[in-house]
Amino acid sequence: MTQIPALIWVFAYLSLLTVGGGLAAFPELKYLTVDVYHWLTSTQLIHLYSLGQVAPGPNMMMVAAVGERVAGVVGALAVVIAFFGPTGLVTLATGRLWRRLEGWRWRESIQRGLAPVAVGLLLAGSISLARGALTSWTGIAVAAAVFALLISTRINPAFLVLCGAVAGLFVFGGR
Amino acid sequence: MSDTVTRRADVTLGEIFLAFLLIGATSFGGGVMAYLRQSLVDKRRWIDDSTFVQMVAMSQSLPGLNSTNMAVLVGDHLRGTAGAAAAISAICLPGGLIMFAIGMVHSEHAARPGVTAMLHGVAATAVGLVMAVAVQIGRKVLTRVDDLVFVALAVIGVNLLHLPVLVVLVVVAALAIWWHRPRTESSPPQAK
Repeated sequence: MTQIPALIWVFAYLSLLTVGGGLAAFPELKYLTVDVYHWLTSTQLIHLYSLGQVAPGPNMMMVAAVGERVAGVVGALAVVIAFFGPTGLVTLATGRLWRRLEGWRWRESIQRGLAPVAVGLLLAGSISLARGALTSWTGIAVAAAVFALLISTRINPAFLVLCGAVAGLFVFGGR
Repeated sequence: MSDTVTRRADVTLGEIFLAFLLIGATSFGGGVMAYLRQSLVDKRRWIDDSTFVQMVAMSQSLPGLNSTNMAVLVGDHLRGTAGAAAAISAICLPGGLIMFAIGMVHSEHAARPGVTAMLHGVAATAVGLVMAVAVQIGRKVLTRVDDLVFVALAVIGVNLLHLPVLVVLVVVAALAIWWHRPRTESSPPQAK
């Protein structure tokens, strides 16, 4: 229970970094929850993050699982509100302002400038996740195969994740 | 789109909540945008295609997840602040409950060898998945070679220099926006 204020500030702060997507905040998510606050181990975080990719809806609902681990129902609620509240308000305000700024010449500049930064942060998040999640050549091979399939076909990602779980049972189960 | 916030008084808060709850419960596999478009533009005709595309562009450049930003923008468009609140809570609810349950089960069972092995497999798959998403978004939004410099700067800042993401975001974004600053030459010609 004493962790609630820390949970709130960590996830409110993380939410502001999610430009382009939740993945952009992953390096900082790992640093704060694992290294600074020791709420869970790096492996646990990676597992929850990966499971979050299979859950329906916004792909960062895994924050609820982190909140639950730290402080039960109250923790999960606090984290979800802290993570989605501030950015929701920013979007609400900016959305209204944006329409009024239609003729403003910097509007186009901001949109075009933020696009590559968002892509860069997504890529940085992927690399950070890969460093923690791929601990063997088999893992690297699985990730590469999934990447290739998704780029070249229209296969459903959720189906691939399911295959990944089954493959994991056979490939990593022997240890 | 001419400035006006067309409030659609005929769409009730309950309808907004239900529509986003359905999207939140059925959008498996990450492509929430496709589900949003199908539900809001094609099926319910609450917004037209060009408004949808504009909202997507805005969602991507604002902090916050693209899907929840879309919920706020569409909800606000339909029923103001209350509509935005209904939409964002509804889209988060199903996944949030599922991940809450997983959080509870995970703490108890994750240490079992079989579960650990499966989770390793899921994690490896997730890496391939997020890499593919980053590349696909990159292909769509990066139109110029010079933009790759900013992509590289962000990656170097976060992964090699281990700078806080906030610092990288602010510095590289400032550089990129300045790089794309409005040029006087390209402004509409005016009599000297």
